[in-house]
Amino acid sequence: MYILSSADITAISLSLQVAVTTTIITLPAGFFMAYLLAMKNFRGKALLEGLINLPLVLPPVVTGYLLLLLFGRNGWMGKFLALFDIRIIFTLRGAVIASAVVGFPLLVRAIRIGLEGVETQYIQASRSLGAGWWDTLFTITIPLCSRAILAGMTLMFARSLGEFGATIVLAGNVPGVTQTIPLAIYQYTTTPGGDRMALSLCLVSISLSFIVLLIGEAANRKLSRRRG
Amino acid sequence: MSLYVDVSKRFDNFICSASFEINNNRCGVFGPSGSGKSTLMYMIAGLLQPDSGMIRLDGETLFDHVSGINLPPERRRIGIVFQHAHLFPHMSVRKNLLYGRKRILPEERTIQPERIISMLQLEHLLDRGVRKLSGGERQRVALGRTILANPRLILLDEPLSGLDGVLKYQIIPYLQLVFARYSIPMLLISHSLQEMRMMTDQVIVMRDGANAEPVATEELAKTSLGHGGGGFTNLLNLEEPEDIGNLLRYRWGSAHLLLVKTDDPAAGRYSLNSRDILLFKKHPEAASARNMLPCIVRNMYETDWLVGIELDCEGNTLIAEIVPQSVQELDIQPGSEVIAVFKASAFRKLY
Repeated sequence: MYILSSADITAISLSLQVAVTTTIITLPAGFFMAYLLAMKNFRGKALLEGLINLPLVLPPVVTGYLLLLLFGRNGWMGKFLALFDIRIIFTLRGAVIASAVVGFPLLVRAIRIGLEGVETQYIQASRSLGAGWWDTLFTITIPLCSRAILAGMTLMFARSLGEFGATIVLAGNVPGVTQTIPLAIYQYTTTPGGDRMALSLCLVSISLSFIVLLIGEAANRKLSRRRG
Repeated sequence: MSLYVDVSKRFDNFICSASFEINNNRCGVFGPSGSGKSTLMYMIAGLLQPDSGMIRLDGETLFDHVSGINLPPERRRIGIVFQHAHLFPHMSVRKNLLYGRKRILPEERTIQPERIISMLQLEHLLDRGVRKLSGGERQRVALGRTILANPRLILLDEPLSGLDGVLKYQIIPYLQLVFARYSIPMLLISHSLQEMRMMTDQVIVMRDGANAEPVATEELAKTSLGHGGGGFTNLLNLEEPEDIGNLLRYRWGSAHLLLVKTDDPAAGRYSLNSRDILLFKKHPEAASARNMLPCIVRNMYETDWLVGIELDCEGNTLIAEIVPQSVQELDIQPGSEVIAVFKASAFRKLY
């Protein structure tokens, strides 16, 4: 029998919290960036694109370390946030930030592909029919790339569930505070006799990822039916 | 409608600069592809910002480079019917039709959706998704959607070129009906003069990004620029035909014409090329051609290598193009009596 300890349950709950929070808070920014990259031409576009995609090619530990330098007690963001008594390192916020940065390129990339597939004439038709920019965004642009947005959110969510490297550097591995499923598994594997517990958490991790994929696929199918 | 345009826009290897004023409700912008027609249309609609100049519609300034006025498209109240309809794919026909209407003030909703739906014969399509519509149906929905937004001007961007062969002109009667009923000003953008002649009275010719003074559509049709070197096309409105055995007899004003039988004989618009018409000084006793109409020469004009003869056939107008030698030999002058001869198979039904 594989039984989950209360610490495991906490890890699962923390993982879900991190994944849900990260997906929700990165969505507007991710959409904005994808919109900029897909629809606008401006100076420094390549640079911005490179910067967004950097976490995709960097080892997550490096990303985590750079974030640690930025948000640490002596980092300029860390100093700034300290004024408001907000701490990032070794907190769940750190885990969210680490996941957000690492998953951001996946989110932006997916939405961008969707936006690039939206023909400008639909937007122009909407504007000429009297809809303003925001009206068009919400009634035409977003619905037309809803599947891409969903795909991006699924990727972001799954990436957050599995985030390890950047999280352990920035948020640490504090049981009950920042220990998510991957960190808990890591701890079990380094503890003598923890193999069994590691395996049961692995099963949980597999199930969760599978459920996310299934839900994503079901929603995707529903959206594609709606577009007929 | 009065539209004043004086704009220019520079691209990497193309400059579009247009300047004209029109006061006619049925106007067109004619020119080959790449002549800047679409650029001009986008600038008028507010979808593309000119580098300089001014656009005024019915006295209201839509764009003025000097004073920095540039109304966004949604405040210009200029509708567009796109070449490929561009109906919103995630909405039903009904939602597409009402999209613009929902975005205008209630007191401006003077056009009843039910009327437009029945005029455009869309009743049975309302709950369908737009992907299942045929090309002609899409254009009708696009037209309805634009009209229900109650625009001050409708820009039609090559509305027929996305449709194929036989069905191509079927939307024209709908366009004519709706524009006449609601007297909405329109600007037809097209590279086909045939379409221009069916829809407009006045045309602005664009070439290499610049325009000429507006001309009457029928005048342009007589030039080689208008017909592309293929000869002037006579457009005839024929009434309900009568079956006379192997042929069909149509009334054309007070005259009668004989046409070969077709699957769907009906009243409508027919074309007859001016170069398919022979002129005789005397009535030919026996000939294979079935139509021989006594006419009086009303007017003559020169085209590139031919002479256009404008004929009065019992009150109808017909244009024949013949070579200058024939004009001399037959001694054709304004006032001369001639017999116009053409075959029963020379006609083509447009719609």
